[in-house]
Amino acid sequence: MRKIRMLRALVLRFWGLPRSTRQNEAFAEELESHLQMHIDDNIRSGMSPEQARREAVLKLGGIEATTQAYRDQNALPFLETLLQDLRYTLRQLCKNPGFAATALLVLTLGTGATVAIFSLVDAALIKPLPYRDPSRLVVIYGSVPLGPRFHLSFPDYYDFKRLNKSFTSFEVYDPSGFMLTTPTGTQRAPGARVSAGFFRVLGVTPFLGRDFSDTEDKPSAPRTVILTYAAWQQRFGGRSDVLGKSVTLDGNANTIVGVLPANFHFAPAEPTEFWAAEHDESRCRGCHWLFGIARLKDGVTLQAAATEMSTIAKQLEQQYPDSNNSQGAFTDSLTDVIVGDIRPIMLAMLGGAALLLLIATVNVASLLLVRTQNRKREVAVREALGASRRRLLRQFVTEGLVLGLIASAFAAFAADAAMNLLTKLVPKDILAGMPYLHGLGLTPHVLFFTLFISLLSAALFSFTPAISLSSESMRAGLTEGGRSSSGLHWRRFGSKLVAVELATAVILLVAAGLFTKSLYRLLQVNPGLESHNLALLTLSAPREHYFNGQQQVSLERRVIDRMSSVPGVTSIAVTSRLPVGDGDGTSSFVILGHEHPGEHNEVAWRAVSTDYFKTLKAHLLEGRYFTDLDQQPSQPNVVIINHALARKYFVGLNPVGLRMNFEGAKPEDAMQVVGVVEDIREGQLDTDARCAFYLPFEKRPGGFFSIVARTARPAQSVLPMISAAIRDIDFSIGTFGGSTMDQRIHDSQPAYLHRASTWIVGTFAAVALLLSVVGLYGVIAYSVSQRTREIGVRMALGAHRTTICHLIMKEALSLIGIGLAAGLVGSLAAGTLLRRLLFGTKAWDVTTLVIVAVILATSALVASYLPAQRAASVNPLDALRAE
Amino acid sequence: MGENDVWQGTLALMVLKTLESMGPLHGYGIARRIEQVSGDQLIVQYGTLYPALLRLEQEGYISSEWGTSENHRRARFYKLTRAGRRQVQRESQRWGKAAAILNRFVSPSEELL
Repeated sequence: MRKIRMLRALVLRFWGLPRSTRQNEAFAEELESHLQMHIDDNIRSGMSPEQARREAVLKLGGIEATTQAYRDQNALPFLETLLQDLRYTLRQLCKNPGFAATALLVLTLGTGATVAIFSLVDAALIKPLPYRDPSRLVVIYGSVPLGPRFHLSFPDYYDFKRLNKSFTSFEVYDPSGFMLTTPTGTQRAPGARVSAGFFRVLGVTPFLGRDFSDTEDKPSAPRTVILTYAAWQQRFGGRSDVLGKSVTLDGNANTIVGVLPANFHFAPAEPTEFWAAEHDESRCRGCHWLFGIARLKDGVTLQAAATEMSTIAKQLEQQYPDSNNSQGAFTDSLTDVIVGDIRPIMLAMLGGAALLLLIATVNVASLLLVRTQNRKREVAVREALGASRRRLLRQFVTEGLVLGLIASAFAAFAADAAMNLLTKLVPKDILAGMPYLHGLGLTPHVLFFTLFISLLSAALFSFTPAISLSSESMRAGLTEGGRSSSGLHWRRFGSKLVAVELATAVILLVAAGLFTKSLYRLLQVNPGLESHNLALLTLSAPREHYFNGQQQVSLERRVIDRMSSVPGVTSIAVTSRLPVGDGDGTSSFVILGHEHPGEHNEVAWRAVSTDYFKTLKAHLLEGRYFTDLDQQPSQPNVVIINHALARKYFVGLNPVGLRMNFEGAKPEDAMQVVGVVEDIREGQLDTDARCAFYLPFEKRPGGFFSIVARTARPAQSVLPMISAAIRDIDFSIGTFGGSTMDQRIHDSQPAYLHRASTWIVGTFAAVALLLSVVGLYGVIAYSVSQRTREIGVRMALGAHRTTICHLIMKEALSLIGIGLAAGLVGSLAAGTLLRRLLFGTKAWDVTTLVIVAVILATSALVASYLPAQRAASVNPLDALRAE
Repeated sequence: MGENDVWQGTLALMVLKTLESMGPLHGYGIARRIEQVSGDQLIVQYGTLYPALLRLEQEGYISSEWGTSENHRRARFYKLTRAGRRQVQRESQRWGKAAAILNRFVSPSEELL
């Protein structure tokens, strides 16, 4: 009951907050009538009117104090003060827009970077994977001498499943995709084949329909498929009657039995659209195409399970020495498989961002301190007028909080933009492999984090002025005589910090510069072909219709024939593999009549159509290109080699006219070298050109090859017509990888890694530069504010304005010098660490170092010139009078 | 706190009690009445009286309206609400109890000795 009364009072007081003048007038009237009644009484008791009035006023006491007490009761003084402080703060910020903008920018950058990276960490490392008890899931790979993460064969999987005692269940998946037949042609569709219990191991149940039944992965079972949520939405419009419908995958009809939940993802197989039950129970122990996934039994550690798997692999090796020679097993936790690689990078980036935020906070604190120095008199006057210490400190805390909160709102937007940028920097297929990043954005988690760190930094920088206004300096403020030792400490600390910030900025700028130069160099690499206006498309002909060479040759001819009539195509060729790829497709070879020059002579080879080199605009060094005649089966075998191969294996020989063959091939397959071509990059751009040789396509045809089309107009615009032309030829031919050569080079792995590094390091460098410059400004301006009296005395004694300017600049220059020197030394060390990531760029690239030094020195000089200028413009009389 | 100042917390009860016995009354009248009843031993500070009145009004124990005093002056008159009457009962009892207990300590009776 009493509580309710108090609550009622509280509500009324809250409403009393925007106090009306009417209410104030009413109270004034009440007091006035009180006074009058008192005077009346006094007169009645025999006093003279003046005496009566004096006595009454005296008794009433301070009218102001009474009114104040009444006001406080009428409203909530705490809230009211807060509103006052807020108004005052906003007015202060508006009055000093330069300070407000700088402080907000610095805070926004520091907080924004931290929030952006935290949201990545949150999505990748903190948010649990969408499985039941994900920490108990492990992945089992086949390990071979080449490395630990290779496939398992079906019989090996079967034996692992049968013999192990560590797992409650053991299933397999095969993440290679499907060829999907659609009304507009056959396309590659990402997906995986899994054993029947796969989703039960993960603890995932379909959102719609049902899971695979236990026997659904038997070869005799009808083919069934489960869709991902995205595939259901995009390919089937999210219709609920999708269950029971049929999709044709790899030429087989599959019945749709379920749809996976929207949040489901399985990074080791992503991207995926279709999850089909595996039907191939191959007896072949040497055929490896599966990965194992299993759930640990309670109490079994990953280590124990890994040991058991290795033991079983050893048994199988003894039992089947032919197929299982040096076939081991490698067991790793699913979490590590998914995020193990990026965890250290992300944590390092989070650490870096946190450091940035700390520096930003200290910088803002230093700016606030400069302002506090300038406001010392104001504070002292307010105190003298009766403001309580707590009230004054509260004003500073309010200012800190306002800055922090505004910055946090900006930071949330900045972080969102940064995340968008980050996801755009990563090529689509790499991003698809990181499905946990899909939910990236301003989640409640992230927003909460933003608020938390903003309050933390606000607390930090609102205490700085509060402490600097400690009792003695506050009283001394009135005379401006006080320069406490805390001011000196701050100057020393600030100077050291600024030197470190400058050095960090130099190191990051140099790193960004090196990456930029390296990226430029990489894209300058001559790929041995003219990449503009070159359209690419890869074909996959179904085996049923194109299983022998004759059928494949006739397909190739029809493709070339049909393409020649596509408008915009000026030249057309096919190749078994496109250049600027992973450099696979290799074989060993021998040169007839000559000893092997080295032990390992495995080189890349490609089967290409007659116009291949002409279409690429490759450069012929010696001999001739292929002719149509060379493609004829009846004609002698010929080969064209590249320059790298000629240089490495035909040392001191003229290769043209010599004969070579695949190692171990029949003597009649031997080929005569007819030409040497300038290196076309078969591998990635950042590695040396690979040795390669080229054969006529029709001598070694295949049902899987790529089209290369030279176009008269932008290649991208011709691509749809090329795809349509293929559908005209045969509807069942799958097409994918429609792209241009420029795009292929742009998206190639080294180019993307370089670009991502350049952006990330560049962003950090820009932020670091800004922070160091603001920090420098803060320290120099603070120093000027502390030395006002000294400057005044010097000027009064006849020092020239330029002398004063020099005095301040000297302080700045020594800081810049130290920072720059330390930064350059540090960047040499950093460059050496980065050496392996750089392409065609030295760690001590002089141009980069000089440019960075100039950028940093210029911006630092500008930052310190502003306060120096202000110091020089001090009016000596004012400076002295201020004391 | 001076000896003659009204103790914090007891002013509210004095105001309520005054209004109960006197009926509607203005601030000056309340102050005067309290001083009179105390035999001029208490001095009511207006800096405490008016906030206390406002608080009682906010809590809903009294209500106020403008009226004319016996001397034909415009004044604000306070009067007890129904909740205020109950509150006077309750608080008087509590105070009586508390005073009695305290009294036993201050002037102990024979049986305690």
